Amino acid sequence: MAMGSRAVVAFLIGLAVHAAAAVQSDADLDARVLALSGQLRCLVCQNQTLADSNAELAVDLRRQIREQLRAGASEDAVKAYLVRRYGDFVLYRPPVKPLTWPLWFGPWVLLAAVVAATVLARMRRQTARVARNDDCDTGASRS
Amino acid sequence: MTRYVLPLVVFVALAMALAAGLTRDPRELPSPLVGKPAPAFRLPLLGPEDGTLAPGDLRGKVWLLNVWASWCAACRTEHRVLADFAARSSVPVYGLNYKDDAGAARAWLQRMGDPYAASLVDADGRVGIDYGVYGVPETFVIDQAGVVRYRQVGPVTAEVMARRIVPLLKRLESRDGDG
Repeated sequence: MAMGSRAVVAFLIGLAVHAAAAVQSDADLDARVLALSGQLRCLVCQNQTLADSNAELAVDLRRQIREQLRAGASEDAVKAYLVRRYGDFVLYRPPVKPLTWPLWFGPWVLLAAVVAATVLARMRRQTARVARNDDCDTGASRS
Repeated sequence: MTRYVLPLVVFVALAMALAAGLTRDPRELPSPLVGKPAPAFRLPLLGPEDGTLAPGDLRGKVWLLNVWASWCAACRTEHRVLADFAARSSVPVYGLNYKDDAGAARAWLQRMGDPYAASLVDADGRVGIDYGVYGVPETFVIDQAGVVRYRQVGPVTAEVMARRIVPLLKRLESRDGDG
């Protein structure tokens, strides 16, 4: 092969590798944007995630997420950015903080309370039954 | 007798709490910006005059920021309320023209009347995102120190104006008089 065409081939291979690398990192970015948007709520269509929603605001916010991730922000930083502007509701998973303790722990506390009440009621009925049996035994042994 | 009272009391209390909840709109979100400084920006004026405006330029006075657009149908319903307010009050109303076409926006103001001290062009909606705007129209009350005091989602009705915004403005203005 002549020198010139070898250089051209090398250049084309380099270009192809670079393009493939760019597509690969774009695919990574896409995946990250999709994953993160799936954890966030669309404020307009409030029962959809930012990933699913076609609302204009969702498109804008996905673009914001993409720009920030590309610029090197972490997933947590992007979430914090959105929570600062839209509140906790933008997260699909409510954060665990004093305001949401009743939400996260309330059902367990309620379950514990009901179980305790049931056990106590049963124990009280047991002791009452035992007391009555004592009376019967006393009566039976006498006759 | 008393063992019937406790469940009844619990039931009545629960019923009252749930009934109160029914009167509220679940789609309306509280703004995390209330009590925090209004996010900074510098946007061009809609015109016809040239120039830019930033929230910092309005320190020292109470003002309203109304997010609107010519494509927003609900903005028409609140327009009369805003126009009435602007005519009667010394509190300026600034418009944030959100994701709109400047020509269409100017034509809308021409047709409907312009209640704004000025309108700012937020063409790509980035300032809207900074303010947590998710449903146009929205209206913010910002005080003399540049702190957001109130955010209204949806059109400002005469009732909202009278019951929420005007009393708040009176409180803020009188506070400034004392301080």
